[in-house]
Parts: sequence; structure tokens; C-alpha cells
Amino acid sequence: MHPTDFTLAGAVAALEEGVISAAELTRAHVEAIEALNPRLNALLTVTAEHAMEAAKGSDAKRARGEAGPLEGIPLAIKDLFCTEGVQTTAASKILEGFIPPYESTVTSKLKRDGAVFLGKANLDEFAMGSSNLTSAYGGVLNPWSRRNDPDARLVPGGSSGGSAAAVAARMALGATGTDTGGSIRQPAAFCGIAGIKPTYGRCSRFGIVAFASSLDQAGPFARTVEDCAILLRSMAGHDPKDSTSADKPVPDFAKACTRSVKGLRIGVPKEYRLDGTPPEIEKLWRQGLDWLREAGAEIVEISLPHTQYALPTYYIVAPAEASSNLARYDGVRFGLRVAEKTSDLRDLYERTREAGFGQEVRRRIMIGTYVLSAGYYDAYYLKAQKVRALIARDFREAWSQVDAIVTPATPSAAFAEGENSDDPIKMYLNDVFTVTANLAGLPGLAVPAGLDPQGLPLGLQVIGRPFDEETVFAVGAAIERAADFKALPSMRAGA
Amino acid sequence: MSLDTATVRRVAALARIRLPEEEVARVQGELNGILGWIEQLQAVNTDGVEPMAGGNPEGIAAMPMRDDVVTDGGIAPKVLANAPDREGEYFGVPKVVE
Repeated sequence: MHPTDFTLAGAVAALEEGVISAAELTRAHVEAIEALNPRLNALLTVTAEHAMEAAKGSDAKRARGEAGPLEGIPLAIKDLFCTEGVQTTAASKILEGFIPPYESTVTSKLKRDGAVFLGKANLDEFAMGSSNLTSAYGGVLNPWSRRNDPDARLVPGGSSGGSAAAVAARMALGATGTDTGGSIRQPAAFCGIAGIKPTYGRCSRFGIVAFASSLDQAGPFARTVEDCAILLRSMAGHDPKDSTSADKPVPDFAKACTRSVKGLRIGVPKEYRLDGTPPEIEKLWRQGLDWLREAGAEIVEISLPHTQYALPTYYIVAPAEASSNLARYDGVRFGLRVAEKTSDLRDLYERTREAGFGQEVRRRIMIGTYVLSAGYYDAYYLKAQKVRALIARDFREAWSQVDAIVTPATPSAAFAEGENSDDPIKMYLNDVFTVTANLAGLPGLAVPAGLDPQGLPLGLQVIGRPFDEETVFAVGAAIERAADFKALPSMRAGA
Repeated sequence: MSLDTATVRRVAALARIRLPEEEVARVQGELNGILGWIEQLQAVNTDGVEPMAGGNPEGIAAMPMRDDVVTDGGIAPKVLANAPDREGEYFGVPKVVE
């Protein structure tokens, strides 16, 4: 077996049993990156030397009997997490060359538990996008290809496209992502892997480049549901540096993956049946519900009446928060500065932000600025916050009838570069099934469940009650067992 | 509601993003497309609904308080390490006061 074919849980066991060393495991992944990254562009920064040193340190720790739960496990880190001493760009020109003097809480927890960082993964600029094409450093190639059109360049989804592609292509055993409107779940579905956005507050946001603070959450990618559960346990927990992180105990999520779903009530929101959804998505959804019924769950039709307003609500709330968060990129304290000899301070700000931000980021900052401006705040921003409250209330009412909700993860399989890019709203519709969980603060897991007629992966989504990731993992693992998803992307290590 | 070119220029100025004259029409079209689409929220009855301001599904009351004390400081070299321009322990900027 090639070391890059291990699951994360399998690699932990192999390291414990001495079947493989952390150095061997990391070297195999570094070689996979060297072979594949020039084509995939999944990693923006590769820290191969750091990784090999850390892996050797891991082997020494294990020899001393001090191995952490992730000791020697090679991971990719979305380039939105600040990593001390390692360039962090948010895939933006405005942060090119930025070397954080501190470590994000999530990555420091992963390091504490022994993880080895292979490098920083590509993403949509400031996590704004659903294709990874807004990255200032070029798009990421999806390692999967269409059966009848193998040369089409498919996107990995976004914004955490590099993380998802790296894990799917076996360049890493797992990766970190962030999810503001679907940025973990949509790329996980497009790349045929698992990914979870936990409950808002489960993970600390400290040290993650902020996009929309009331929606952003960190979460893991991996090739199995259990592997996501193992990673999330290390990433989660209260942090005094983020007052929105929840002061709650972190359960053993992996244990929940073996729980039976017998007797669980699974909700099917009727508003998620959209006109124009491809038949293979409808079919997969029905199949997923059949699997859960066979495993002893009860399927219950529910109503989430404000669903149709979720995307427009998101496209007020997220740009509003982004316009405020991104005000810090002013060319003064860090990052890019663009000025003429004659520039005054204001001209310096304006030139820096014009040159440093890409088109989608500038568009969202301007939308946000407008909806927060005097005279429009009540009509747009306050209105959106009220509709958001109604969307959250829809879910609260649903929890009296069901224990989890199952929906498709995305309205289509991975699309090709150029498709969906003529109109920003068409691109925004990619998040139609995922964005509600962000607005309501709920955990959502994407799990690969089948293939479309072109041989591309499709995912289902499991949404749960606040801080009940355990039920989400139980349902996700049940779908995973029934689906027995064995298909592999054409581009991968060892292929 | 539709933005005229003067409003587009004003929003760009508020956002401190330079907007060359030849781009105004394109940006205007894009912003109006998005604003036209989000306009549908006006159809939702939100009478008596409390706005949801944060992301915590259990509400702001679930957030912890900490002691109001200084917890760090004295790290000027770290704070300045990424500055595009600096003078001593200060960030350098173009002359602000004539």
C-alpha cells in the first residue's frame, strides 16, 4: 500500500504500530506534492523542509512515548489561517509577502496534537468565491475529470478549493478549511471527499483572516467522515482570544461515527426541491434517504419556509461584514502599498485597495459599503438581519420534529472554468443548499455519496442542531457506509 | 432601487477604492444586478422580528465575559514587522498635516 493511500485514522494506527514512520509518511506526501502541485496549483506555499523536520521531531516524540493524537499526520492548511513565520496571503495580492508574527488558534491546536504542516492551500481571494477562480495566484484544477470530456478543466469549488483538491489527490491526509456560505461543503462535494462546517463558535476564529465574522467557521476536510471527526476534535474548543468561541466541552466526535441511526428522525425540507435541479441530484437525494430508512431512521417531510430568501440575505450580511473587516487593508500597517510620489494618505489608500483587491472582492466591498451607508442601513442590512432571524427560527421549529436534516450538498457536480462566470449571481447560486446553515449557525457536513453520468462525485449534506455535531457525524457515517464510495479521481498520488 | 453613476462613485470613495472613470459603467451594471436581486427581501414580513446580529445559534447571552485587564503588549517589533514603511517605532505614511 502506498503511504498516501492511508486514511487519516489508518495512518494514526500504522504510526502507532510502527508500520511506517512519520518521516516516511511525510516524505511520500511531499513527493506527491512535487509531482502533482505544478498541475493542480492546490498549494500556494509548500513547506517541505519544515514538514520533514517536524516529522522527524514527531518520530522522536513517539519514541519518548509523548505522541499526540495527530502525531506525524501531514496536513494542508488553507492560506487563510495565519501561520507564524510562514507567508499567509488569503490568495490576495494585498497580503503578498505577509509573514504573520503569530499562529491561529486552530493551527496551534493541530500542532499541539502533533500534526505536520505540508504547506498553505490555495483558495478564492479572501474566501470569496465558489470556484477558486478569484485567487490572485491562479485557479486550482479539480483532480477529477469528465468521462466524455477529460480535457475540460474542472474547478474544485470554493472557497477552500486548494484544501479539497489536495486531499482528493492524496497530497495530504486532511486539510483545514473555512466556511462562510458553503466554502467547505461545496468543494468537498465537488472533489469527492468529506468536509464539515461545525456549529458557529465550535472553533476559534482567532488568527483566521476575517471575511464575514458572524458566518465564518473553520472546519476540516478528509477522505472519510471519521477522519473529519478526528481532526475536528483537535481543532475545536473555547479560546479566550475569540469571545464568540463556545465555552463547551469538546466531545469525542469519532466515537459518534459508529452510533446507530436507528430511531433518528431525518428531515427533508420540501423547499430544497428546486426547479431545474439535475435528475442525478434528485436521485442521489432519494437514494440517501432510502439508505437511512434501511438503517432504521424515520424520514419526515419538513418545511423551512424562508429558504428562498437565504441567498439574498447572505449577499447583504456577508458583504456588509466584509466591507468592515477588509477596511484594515490600507497599505499602512502590513501588506501591499501602492502610491505615487505625490500621493496623499487618501490616494495611498485608494490606489493600494484598487491594485491589491481583485474584482470580486472590490465588488463585495462596494455592495457592503452601500448597504451600510446612511439612509440604506435599515432597508438592507437591518432587514437582512431580521430575515436571518426568521431563517434561524425555521430551523428551531424543525428541531421539534427531527434530529437531523439531509439535503443535496450542491445543485450540480463540478463545473468547468468559464462556466457560471458570466454572471456573479449564477455563481452565488452554488451555495443554495449550504448557506442556510451559516445564517442559522448550524453544523453541516458534506459526504460523498455517488457519481453523476460523467463520473463526477456528488455529495449529500447533513445539517444538525446547534453543537450536535455528534448526530451529524452519525448520520454522515451511515450514508458513507451505505454509499460505499470507492471511485477515485484521475489525478492522484500513486496513480 | 437603482444606483446612478454619482452614487457608484460615492460608494467607491467611501470604500476607499480608486475607480477609474472607464470602469464606472461596468461596476454600475454589476452592482445594480446584485441589488436588484436582493431587493426580493422587501417582500418578507419582518414586523416585530428581532434582528439576528451574531452567528451564535444560542444568542449573544451565551458569550462569555473576561476580566477587563491588559493581556499583552510590548511587542512593537512584531507589530511593525510587516510594515511597508516605518520610521523608528512608527508606521510611515505620506505627510497628513501641512
